[in-house]
Amino acid sequence: MNIMDHLPALVIAIPLLTAFLTPLIDRVSRKARNAVVFIALALTFILAILLVQDVFDNGIQIYVMGASSTTQTIPTQAAVPIRIVLEIDGLSAFMVLISVLISLLGLIYSFSDIKERGGRFYTLFLLMLVGMLGMELTGDLFNLFVFLEVTSIAAAALIAYEFRRGSTSEAALKYIIISSIGALFVLFSIGLLYGEYDLLNMAAIAQAMQSTHIDKIALVLLFSAFALKAGAAPMHMWLPDAYGEAPGAISMVLIPTTAASMYALFRVCFTIYNESLHAIIPAVIIIFGLLSIFIGVTMALVQDDIKRLISFAAVAEVGYILLAMGVGLYGFLNSEEYTVTALRGGMFHLFNDVLDIGLLFLVAGGVIYATGERSLNKLGGLAHSMKYTSVLFLVGLAAAAGLPPMNGFASKIIIYESVYKVSPILSIIAILASIMMLAVFIKIFQAVFTGPKLTECREVPKPMLASMIALAALIIFFGLFPDMVIEHLVDPAVNALMNYGAYIQAVMGVGT
Amino acid sequence: MSDEKMSVIVQTIAGMLFPMVLIFSFYVILHGHLTPGGGFQGGAIGASAVALLIVAYGSKTIEKKMAEENLSIFESLGGLVFVIVAIAGFILASAFLSNFLVGEPLFGQIPGWGESPLNSGGFLPILNIAVGMKVIGGLSAIVLMLALVSREVKEQ
Repeated sequence: MNIMDHLPALVIAIPLLTAFLTPLIDRVSRKARNAVVFIALALTFILAILLVQDVFDNGIQIYVMGASSTTQTIPTQAAVPIRIVLEIDGLSAFMVLISVLISLLGLIYSFSDIKERGGRFYTLFLLMLVGMLGMELTGDLFNLFVFLEVTSIAAAALIAYEFRRGSTSEAALKYIIISSIGALFVLFSIGLLYGEYDLLNMAAIAQAMQSTHIDKIALVLLFSAFALKAGAAPMHMWLPDAYGEAPGAISMVLIPTTAASMYALFRVCFTIYNESLHAIIPAVIIIFGLLSIFIGVTMALVQDDIKRLISFAAVAEVGYILLAMGVGLYGFLNSEEYTVTALRGGMFHLFNDVLDIGLLFLVAGGVIYATGERSLNKLGGLAHSMKYTSVLFLVGLAAAAGLPPMNGFASKIIIYESVYKVSPILSIIAILASIMMLAVFIKIFQAVFTGPKLTECREVPKPMLASMIALAALIIFFGLFPDMVIEHLVDPAVNALMNYGAYIQAVMGVGT
Repeated sequence: MSDEKMSVIVQTIAGMLFPMVLIFSFYVILHGHLTPGGGFQGGAIGASAVALLIVAYGSKTIEKKMAEENLSIFESLGGLVFVIVAIAGFILASAFLSNFLVGEPLFGQIPGWGESPLNSGGFLPILNIAVGMKVIGGLSAIVLMLALVSREVKEQ
């Protein structure tokens, strides 16, 4: 048994095992529980890095569940057409890297943030990670649905975690209803595709795709479900509630879960339907993107609750990604030369969005931790007592607003450049919204950190600071060396999006 | 009813039915690889037995006998068994979740045409038992919590 052959399964299995182990260890000792959870997540992180490295070096990795050989996708004797497969290409690897990185930082933050009922918190936390990783690793449409449900249920419970504030229950109820509707859409469309092709494997469906009317209905259902779960306006109504009411680090870890839904959206558009996609889909994605940018920024300006404000900014960031990916998809269908630039901008911005908005959520969580207050009107003068936090907030502010030395600038400039080629109006709206975003964050900074000292409070504990500093370091690093990041992380993902033939070949080419 | 309990007749019948419902639940779980049903269905039947006791004896009595925490532990054990068996798939055989018990004396018999011996299915019965444990524990804990919470709300 070579451990390297089983990396894809282990990346899912280790957090899953630890999730069920946590409540048992919690009975014995809290310190032991924290240690076990941390070790398990660090191990997952290392294995995920090895897996990502493997994918970037050697191309698409296939892992067949329960088979006599882990690469034999099509069984020789049985009547099943294709086994249940994990398929990891550059795009999946990119998403996995984001998910494990953010979860690890969120876990370190939670060690000092979460005080009561920790056993359940870490179980749910790990289950949410399992769901995200499963969505990103799987090559099977039905497994995608199952992992989507795992993510949604764990996330809903985590949003309602501070249940003594009534509004958290409302947010969680909204989230679970919206998620169930989305999941039903996905299930229904899987049923349609299965009825038509007798297949559930994404690569196999992509190969058999004939663009009948049934396929188009399935596409509409899949598209709307994943756009809903990704928080694209006008279906963003659950997102500010969910992000705003979740406890500190969970707001940050929810961003990769919505990113996982976005990944599923891209997988459906670029890989399953690829060139048979109707030309209206990229236009719809671009419109959703513009709406998200506009609604996100304007709604953020009028918010009073610090976390709700950042949540609306997160909607706007989703809009930037969708705008770039919509333009990329348009270029992909018409073989334009700006396709690669647009996709590069979109994927790079996806990573940057998670880092920037994640850092802002951690700072907001730190402010709430230190003062117990969420309203901008009642906060003020925190820079006197929370020096490090306010500097870190400035880093996040500059990054999310797209100011030059930070990573947000690097990806936004690529987006402006590429969408300009489709229509200058698109990039003008994007730039204007970016300026308004700066205004939004300066409003928070001014209201929370500057001014006379209003309340006595202390700096946040060291674990919380450590994960914020790690995020800030990544933001500055990405901003200073965008070329390196694009070459080593983003380009493999972009190539995977463009090269759907390789994705199909990896599953269907073996054993036929 | 203020004390939430039902009459002695109901309590006695519920007490007599409880083991029978549990036996049926175990039957559905253990025969999951041969007949309709399986871990989830059998587990749901088992949890309905607990619900029967809660209706008859009141949630407070049942909470004393089987604490919600213990049910959660039982549930976690079920999940743990499932994942460990799945991981054993690639330690003992070829891949994650591969059926390493085929041909072994325990559950390993390969049945002939028309036969359905209990001693077959490889590790499927073990996975069914794990799912059954998880569902009995989880659903019972949910029903118990719902009963306790609705009682609290009534008292306020």
